[in-house]
Amino acid sequence: MLTMIGKRLMFAIPSLIGVVIVTFLLTRALPGDPAAYFAGPAATKEAVEQIRKKLGLDKPLIEQFFRYTNDLAHGDFGNSLTTGQPVAAEIRNRLPASAELTLLGLIVSIVIAIPLGVLAATRPGSWVDHLCRVTTTAGVSLPVFFTGLVLVYVFYFRLGWSPAPLGRLDVFYSAPPTVTGFYLIDTLIARDFEAFRSACSQLILPATTLAIFSLAPIARMTRASMLAVLSSEFVRTARASGLSPATVIVTYAFRNAMLPVVTTLSMVFSFLLGANVLVEKVFAWPGIGSYAVEALISSDFAPVQGFVLTMAVMYVLLNLVIDILYGVIDPRVRLEG
Amino acid sequence: MKRRDFLKSVSGLAAGAALPAMPSMVSSAYADARSETLLIVSEGGPNNLDIHGVGTNVPGYEVSWNCYDRLLSHEMKTGPGGVPYYDRDKFKGELAEDFKIDDMSVTFKLKKNAKFHDGAPVTAKDVKWSLDRAVSVGGFPTFQMSAGSLTKPEQFVVIDDYTVRVDFLKKDKLTIPDLAVIVPCIINSELVKKNASEKDPWGLEYTKQQTAGSGAYKVTKWTAGTEVVMERNDDWVGGPLPKIKRVIWRMVPQAGNRRALLERGDADISYELPFKDFQEMKASGKLNVVSLPFSNGIQYIGMNVTKPPFDNPKVRQAVAYAIPYQKIMDAVMFGLANPMFGAPKDKPTEVAWPQPHKYNTDMDKAKALLAEAGYPNGFETTISFDLNFAGVNEPLCVLVQESLAQIGIKTTINKVPGANWRTELNKKEMPLFTNVFSGWLDYPEYFFYWCYHGNNSVFNTMSYKSAEMDKLIDGARNAAATGDTATYDTDVKGFVDLAYSDIPRIPLYQPFVNVAMQKNISGYQYWFHRRLDYRAMAKG
Repeated sequence: MLTMIGKRLMFAIPSLIGVVIVTFLLTRALPGDPAAYFAGPAATKEAVEQIRKKLGLDKPLIEQFFRYTNDLAHGDFGNSLTTGQPVAAEIRNRLPASAELTLLGLIVSIVIAIPLGVLAATRPGSWVDHLCRVTTTAGVSLPVFFTGLVLVYVFYFRLGWSPAPLGRLDVFYSAPPTVTGFYLIDTLIARDFEAFRSACSQLILPATTLAIFSLAPIARMTRASMLAVLSSEFVRTARASGLSPATVIVTYAFRNAMLPVVTTLSMVFSFLLGANVLVEKVFAWPGIGSYAVEALISSDFAPVQGFVLTMAVMYVLLNLVIDILYGVIDPRVRLEG
Repeated sequence: MKRRDFLKSVSGLAAGAALPAMPSMVSSAYADARSETLLIVSEGGPNNLDIHGVGTNVPGYEVSWNCYDRLLSHEMKTGPGGVPYYDRDKFKGELAEDFKIDDMSVTFKLKKNAKFHDGAPVTAKDVKWSLDRAVSVGGFPTFQMSAGSLTKPEQFVVIDDYTVRVDFLKKDKLTIPDLAVIVPCIINSELVKKNASEKDPWGLEYTKQQTAGSGAYKVTKWTAGTEVVMERNDDWVGGPLPKIKRVIWRMVPQAGNRRALLERGDADISYELPFKDFQEMKASGKLNVVSLPFSNGIQYIGMNVTKPPFDNPKVRQAVAYAIPYQKIMDAVMFGLANPMFGAPKDKPTEVAWPQPHKYNTDMDKAKALLAEAGYPNGFETTISFDLNFAGVNEPLCVLVQESLAQIGIKTTINKVPGANWRTELNKKEMPLFTNVFSGWLDYPEYFFYWCYHGNNSVFNTMSYKSAEMDKLIDGARNAAATGDTATYDTDVKGFVDLAYSDIPRIPLYQPFVNVAMQKNISGYQYWFHRRLDYRAMAKG
C-alpha cells in the first residue's frame, strides 16, 4: 500500500511542474503592469521604472522564472504586493478558514442530501422524491452570492438571529491560539466556550449557503446510484431471503451505491474550496478564494501562483485519498498506479 | 475581578453550577469594550502601514495619518454644513512646539516631552532621518515631497537635540503645506535602523508590518485584507488625548452588508458605499451621513489633443455641448456632487478652483460646431474608463455614449482593468476617457501645474500643450511665492479662462466624499486626504 502511495505521488510530480510553468507564464501574460499599479497614482515614468527594478520585473522572463523556481524550492512563495505579506504565510492562515467553512458546508450537505437521496430512491415518484427534486433544482439554480445575501438579509438584517456577517469571529472576541487553524477545534482546545459559540454562530449562515448549493449533485448522485443498485440481482436475492428492509438498504444497497457518491463528494469538495469566493465575499470571510481573486485583479503575481500551486497539490492529495477510500469501501478495487 | 477569582478558586463541581453566571459577566465586559471602541467597516484595507513603502495604497494613508505625527498640522475651521474642515492656510505644531518661518528657511522647536510608542524621546535626529528618508526612498513619497520643493537631504539641518531647520531650495508657497501632508511623518529612527539591512537601508520591510511612530494610535494587530486593530497611545502629546480607546477596522467587501451593519447598529462608520445607498440613508435619517466636496478634485471627460479629431478645438467644444450633465448628476451621482457646468453667461471668472464652466447640454449648438469643424456626419471613437470605479464610470460613460450618438459621434466603451489603468494613462493614447483628479494641496496653480502644464505630467492626460497656458501657470506659481497678489489673480483667471475656451478636458462635477456613521458618533473632520481622523472622534 505504501509503495503504491509513493508511486502515485511520483506520478503527480510532472503535473505539478507543468502547473508551475503554466501559472508563471499565464500570470506574466495578464494585462496590466504591476510596476505602474504599485507606483501609485502620482508616479512619474522614472518612479515606475524604479519600482519595476525593485520588483525585479526588468529582468528577462527566463531569469525571473529561475529565480521563482529557486525560491519555490526553498519554500518561499514570494511576497504579495497588495497585502504586503509573504504568500506562504497568508495561504497557511487563510486555507484553514476556507477549509473549515467548506468542510462544514459539505457535512451539512451530506447529512441532508444522502438520506434524502436514499429515501427518494426507495420511493421513486413519492412526495419524498419530488421534495428531493425540488430542493436540488432550487439549490443548484440559485447563485451562491444570492442565497448568501438573502440569508443575511433575512436572518441578520430582518430577524437579527444571526450575528453580523463580519468573518470568523465576533469583532470583540480574540482568535484562539492556532493549533489546527479551525476555530471550532481551537476554541475547544483553548477551553474558550464563548468564542466557540461565536465561531459556531458565524459559521452557520455561510455553511448553509454552501450546503444549499452543493445539495444537488450529492442528492442526485445518491438517488441515481441507489436506484441502480436497488434494482440489481443481489438486492433481490437479499430481499427474497427475508432480510429486513433496513438491512437490505443500509448494509447491502447503500454500501454498493457509495462509490459514485464518494467520487462526487471529492469533486464537490474541491470545487467548493476554489469556488466559494463569492460566499467569502458576502460574509467577509478571510479565506483563500477571495485572496486569490483580489490578487488577480491587481496583477499581483505571487499570490496567484501560490494559490494555483496549493490547489494543485490539494487536488493530488484529494484524489489519492479518494482512491484509498475506494479500496476501503469496495475490496475489489485495487489501488494501482 | 473578585468574583472571577472566587470562581477560579472553587473546584470543578462548583464550576458547573457557576456556569449560568458566565454570560452576564461576559456581556458587561463586552458592553464596556463596545462603548470605547470604534468599529469601522470598509471595502479595502491597507497593504502597508508605512506611507514611504513601495506601493502603499490609500487605506494605508489612514493608518499613517493616525499612528504617526508630523512637525506641522492644520487648524480646523467650519466647513460646508457645519462640519469641521481643515484650514488650508492655518498651521499649528504637532510635534513642533513652535516654528518660525524666515525668508529662506523654517525652524522648528520640538516638544520635549514627545515620545515614540516604545518610550524613546522624539529628537531632532529622528526628524532629520525621517525627512531624509521621505526625499530619498523614491516612488510616491519622494514625488510628493518634491511638489513642495523638498528634494535634498541637505535641506534638513539638525541644530540641537530639539531644534531642526528646513532650508528652502527656492521660494515656494507649497513648501510649508507640503510639510503638513501625510508623507513627512516622523519615524523612530533608532528602532527602524536596528531593523534595517544592507539591502533595505531605510527599514521599509520593518515599518511595513508595524508602526514605529509617536502618533495618537498604534497598530496592535493587522491581518492584511481582514482587519486592523489600533490602540490609543496614552502618552500622545500631539494634541488633546483622543476619546476613542480602540479602533477596529474590518474589511467587508460586500457593500450591501456594510449598509446592513450600519443600519443594524453593529458598525459605527462606513464609507465607500454606492451613492444610491448614501442617498437613501440620508433620506431615512437613521444615520448621520456627511457629504463634503473633494477639495481640489474634479471628475472630467478628457480628450487627447494630439490626434484628430480632438486636436480641433471646435470638436472639443461640440463634445462639451453634447454632454448630458444634469442626467449624470441625477442618475449617476444621485445629486451627491457639485455641478461644474452651466455657469451663467455673464458670471465673471473667479480666483478659485474648482469653478463651473459655461457649457450646457445644447445639441443644436453641438451639431453646428461639429459641422463647422468639418465633421457634419460625426466620427467613430472609443471612450475608456477605469474599472476600479465602475460604479460611477460605467453609467457615466453609457450616458455620454448615448448623448454623443445624437450628434453623430459613435463611441465604443473600453473598460480598462484597474491594474492597467495607469499604464494606459501613461501611454497617452486613449482618445476619449473619464477620470478623476484631486490634489492634496488645495491651490489652483497646483492643480493646473499637474493637469494642464506643457511639461506633460501623468495627469495631463490630454497631452495638452500651450505656451500661453505654461506662461500663466508659471506666472501664478512665481507670484504666489513672492506674494504678488495682483499678478496671481490675473494669471489664475487667465489660465481658468484658457482651460475653458480651449477645453481639452471637460469638468463634470466635484465629487463628494461620503461617510455614514451612527448618530452617537461625533467629531468627524474633513481632511485633504479624505480619510478618517480618529483622534477627534467620540462615541456616545
